[in-house]
This record gives sequence, C-alpha cells and structure tokens, in this order.
Amino acid sequence: MNMMSHVLTANTLLTAFAAVGILMWISGAISKYLTLGRIHGSAIAIMLGLALAFFGGIATGGEKGVADLPALAGVGLMGGAMLRDFAIVATAFEVDVVHARKAGLIGAVALGLGTVVPFILGVFVALAFGYTDAVSLTTIGAGAVTYIVGPVTGAAIGASSPVIALSIATGVFKAVIVMIGTPFVAKMIGLNNPRSAMVFGGLMGTVSGVSGGLAATDRRLVPYGALTATFHTGLGCLVAPSVLYFTLRAITGS
Amino acid sequence: MTISGVALLSICTLLGVWLGDLLGVVLGVKANVGGVGIAMIFLIAARLWLARRGLLSHGLKTGVEFWGSFYIPIVVAMAAQQNVVAAVKGGPIVIIAGVGSVAVCFAMVALIGRLSGPVETIDEIEAREAEELVRPVLGLKSGRIG
Repeated sequence: MNMMSHVLTANTLLTAFAAVGILMWISGAISKYLTLGRIHGSAIAIMLGLALAFFGGIATGGEKGVADLPALAGVGLMGGAMLRDFAIVATAFEVDVVHARKAGLIGAVALGLGTVVPFILGVFVALAFGYTDAVSLTTIGAGAVTYIVGPVTGAAIGASSPVIALSIATGVFKAVIVMIGTPFVAKMIGLNNPRSAMVFGGLMGTVSGVSGGLAATDRRLVPYGALTATFHTGLGCLVAPSVLYFTLRAITGS
Repeated sequence: MTISGVALLSICTLLGVWLGDLLGVVLGVKANVGGVGIAMIFLIAARLWLARRGLLSHGLKTGVEFWGSFYIPIVVAMAAQQNVVAAVKGGPIVIIAGVGSVAVCFAMVALIGRLSGPVETIDEIEAREAEELVRPVLGLKSGRIG
C-alpha cells in the first residue's frame, strides 16, 4: 500500500491523467444510463470535478481542492494555466473560416449579443451579491458566457480561486440548462430552421450545451448550431479579459 | 511529423500570451489582455496559410488535434482544483446567473427570429428537396445533404 502511494506521488501527472480519465468514464456512464444522454458527459465530469474539489477542500483545509492531496498534486499541473491555455488554443484549429461565411451577418450579430448580454447579466447578479471590484465582476460575468471563458478570463486578470470556481460553476450550470431546457422551449422560440439554429448557437455559446440541446430537439439542426457556437469561446476569450474588463474598470473605478 | 503540430501550437500560444502580457503593460493593467484569443487567431491564420500551400500534413494535424481533444479533461482537472469550499459560501449566485443568462438568450433567439422574417423550416426544406429529387426523372444529381 505504501509502495503504491509512493508510485502515485512520484508520478503525479500520470496519476492525474488516470484519475481524470476514470472520472470521465464514470461521467459518461452516468450520462448514458441515468440521464439517457440528456446531459452531456463532459458537463457531468466538470460538476463531479467541482464536487471533488469541495470534498478535497474540506478534507485538507487547503485552497486548491483535490490538488492539496499529495497523490493528486498532478491535477494542479494538468489543470493549471499552462496546459489549459495550450488545449483551449488547440480547439481553434477545428474552426473553418470558409464555413463561417455561411452564418453571415445574423450569425455575427448573435455571437456578439451572446457574449455581451450574458456578461452584463452575470455582472449584475455578482453586484447584487456584494462583489464590487472589476476583477471579480468580470470573472463572474465571463462565467455566464461559458465555463471556459470564465476561468480563462479570471486567470488572465488575476481573480481569486473562489471567484473562478463560481464562474466555472455558473458556466456549467448554464450549459446543463441549455441541454435540458432547449427541447421544451424550441417551439416557442422558433427553433425549426437552420437560420434560427445558427442564431441559437451564437447566442448560447457552450458547444456541449448547444449540441446536446439541439440533438434532443432535432438532430438535423446540430451542425448549424455548432457552426456558430465554435466561435463563441474564441470571441469570449478575446473580448472578456480586454474590452469588457476595461469597460467595467472604467465604470467601477477599481 | 507530430512534433511540428505541437510546436506550431506552442509557438502560437506563447506568442499570443506574450502579446496579451505586452498589451497589459501598454494599457497599464496587471493582466493578460486577451492572450488566449490572440493565440487562437494566430492558429487559425497559420492553418489557412499552411492549407493554401499544401503543407498541412497528417502528422501536423495530429499534433494539434490531440491537444484540442484534451481540453475537456483539462477543464475537469481545472475544476477539481478550485477553492469550491469558499465559493459555496457565495450562495445561490450560480443558479441565478445561470438561469438568468439562459432565459435572456432564449428570448433573444425568439426575438431575432421574429425580426428577420419567416424562413423555410428544416421539414419544408427536406420536403422540397425530396420533391425535386422525384420530379426530374433523368436528373440523377442528388441535392440532398445528409
């Protein structure tokens, strides 16, 4: 047993890969059997990750979730700023600029609104809960855009870990509501043609939320929604820690 | 070679993050201003440039796509190391911001749909394409898209 824990702590990054991999298997199984594919496995995995961080924090009394446990210190490296930025930048490789033209002006408008509107709403909610500094407001507002934009923005402008955790949780929660809620409101919001699917993708953003929600509504609409949604994270990572942050800084004066 | 993809991705990321830091210094803030977004633009531009020159090899693609497919596990690892205990004390902010932003965005989808006038639904498009397929007996060209 002692030897085993020695192996785990001596190879922390590999331990982290194994641990996260097992977590993703479990999440995939939960998604398939308990939610009948309604909620995407990735959203469940992130929620489980946050839950483990909660219990890790209680068990160790530390501030870095499960990364405070010696055997799981590698999770800190795996989910740290370096590999996170690296992997997120890599997703841009799948963006096809030629396809983007198909979405046209209406897709661009939807993308713009889909970034700014949730951001403003998130900022107001954060204000209502007593946050007043521009860094925390921007991070929580960015979390309301997507669960990627939130932590990328928070890390870039130097937000505290609790605020980053709030912004991830907000983004994941948003993705889950989009996955579950879309089929119920599809008729009401006119989600029955490729154009509205592209508008939907641009406004909602989270690729997992959009593809999950559209798949449950009408499988044929998925590629149209995913087309605009893929630009959402890039746009958010570009404007949230820059234009939006500066605007808030100018308003709050801090 | 796979390493050329990983190297390309590294160069784009390093350049983007460096420019983001530089922008922060220029603008007088202690922050990385849009570095990840800038890096993504570099990568998209590099891909276009390589594709046009026919240099987009399989190995290069593998090197970048591996890391792209790795981002959800990395986000899970990132979530698992946050100070959630402190965040939980923040109260129902997550639920209110999450529900609120989805509700507002659903409303915007409906609004944009109404403002930009009626369009063919996907059922109508498929029905029309099916008809066009049946009518010209000699036309063997399939206009149907999966």
